[in-house]
Amino acid sequence: MGLFLATLLPLLVVLTGSMTAQADEPRLLLGTTVGLERSGLLAALLPVFERQTGRKVTTVAVSAPQALALGARGEVDVLLVDAAADEPGYLSAGHAIDRRLVMHADEVIVGPRDDPARAREAGDLVDALRRIAASNSGWASRADNSGLFQLEKRLWREAGLDPTGQAWYQPLGQGLAQTLTAATERQAYALADRLTFLERRDLLDLGIMVEGAPELLRPYHVLVVNPAKGAWLDDAGARALVEYLASDGAQAVIRGFGVERFGQPIFVPDA
Amino acid sequence: MDLFFEGLVRAATLLARGDAELWRVTLLSLQVSGTATAICLLIGVPLGTALALTRFPGRGIVLALVNTGMGMPPVVVGLIVSIMLWRTGPIGQLRLLYTPTAMVIAQCVIALPIVVGLTVAAIQQLNPKLRLQILGLGASRVQLLWLLIREAKLPLLAAAMAGFGAVISEVGASIMVGGNLMGQTRVLTTATVMEVGKGEFGAAMAFSIVLLLLVYSVNALLTWVQQRGRPL
Repeated sequence: MGLFLATLLPLLVVLTGSMTAQADEPRLLLGTTVGLERSGLLAALLPVFERQTGRKVTTVAVSAPQALALGARGEVDVLLVDAAADEPGYLSAGHAIDRRLVMHADEVIVGPRDDPARAREAGDLVDALRRIAASNSGWASRADNSGLFQLEKRLWREAGLDPTGQAWYQPLGQGLAQTLTAATERQAYALADRLTFLERRDLLDLGIMVEGAPELLRPYHVLVVNPAKGAWLDDAGARALVEYLASDGAQAVIRGFGVERFGQPIFVPDA
Repeated sequence: MDLFFEGLVRAATLLARGDAELWRVTLLSLQVSGTATAICLLIGVPLGTALALTRFPGRGIVLALVNTGMGMPPVVVGLIVSIMLWRTGPIGQLRLLYTPTAMVIAQCVIALPIVVGLTVAAIQQLNPKLRLQILGLGASRVQLLWLLIREAKLPLLAAAMAGFGAVISEVGASIMVGGNLMGQTRVLTTATVMEVGKGEFGAAMAFSIVLLLLVYSVNALLTWVQQRGRPL
């Protein structure tokens, strides 16, 4: 017995030693999307907030619906999400008490640089989609459960087209990175978010064909979770984060994010 | 294939450069899974030995439950532990969600049935006469337990390796209760999933290779302990 304990107990002490400190620190829990967390913008924004207010922020990066669900249960203090369609109902249901527009990102339609469908010359988004469909040049679709694919389906509906089963329509059922690679291989068009496209631009033989249409803009709002959801909620911290995100300093960080790396901004500040 | 080599090269460069993020992620993987395995051995080996040696009503049900637990899907464990640790959950006031401690808890739930189940099997395959002989020589209960554990060293170290292997390689529970927070709860498996999601297959491959190296090193050490001084 002695040897068994003599080896395991010190091992346990050594292993746990450096892990235990952080549990009791008060933390402001920010529910957000995996996409926004991955972009690196939060890593540029939050340290300043932490220095200014002395609060530590823990970013819980999940899907937008999951973040909203966590907020409705009072599991996070504040939300920064791109679920504009669901947010008004969320407020009226009493899950959040304040909502402020922070910024927007956008989606783009990318395609072969020589633009065989002449989508670049289209008058509007619907026209561009119709040109792509009519040209038979091919469309690579994620065809998964992503928000981007939901948008794609809506755009096709608005254009009065049903791409399923068409020869030019290539449903991949994969992530955006794989979809963009497939679009390059087949010189097809695809819908992408600007950041992912720019990050992978050098590996792809594609260019931006359509951008700036109102349907392609993706606004991010910050929502203060209703403090009635639980006594533990840091309402003051949540409000401080709202104020910070809307401040000139934070808005300038948002405007400048990505310019150095990609030569263009990724997010447009709106507050 | 090019991605495999890209991953190898990238893993080698990151390791050689002493990349801070990679080291932190690797060290945390080892800490979390090592702690979970150590706790499970401390609890699981005596528990499994007791289960193997005693007869009580409902023992069959308990053993079937343990054996079911050996195949518990990590996501299910992650979900249950998350609900327990939520601020609205029964032990939510401990504020453990999104901490390494939460990951240790979840991994213990995954590894404990494995350690207990394999311990039961290890002790039961010992010759029953050995137990009588040890007791006949006047050993106390604790001494009996210890001698049996020593006798079953080989399969018990196999149990340790199986438990460690299960938790270091799981991702479902770690990502759910840990949240894959950079510098706090990011481990090799959750980092790999994240890089795949970003389409950074080279970086994902690098994390995978480091994970394989880590698992190999730990198992090589345990195998050495297991096989030491044993004639062929």
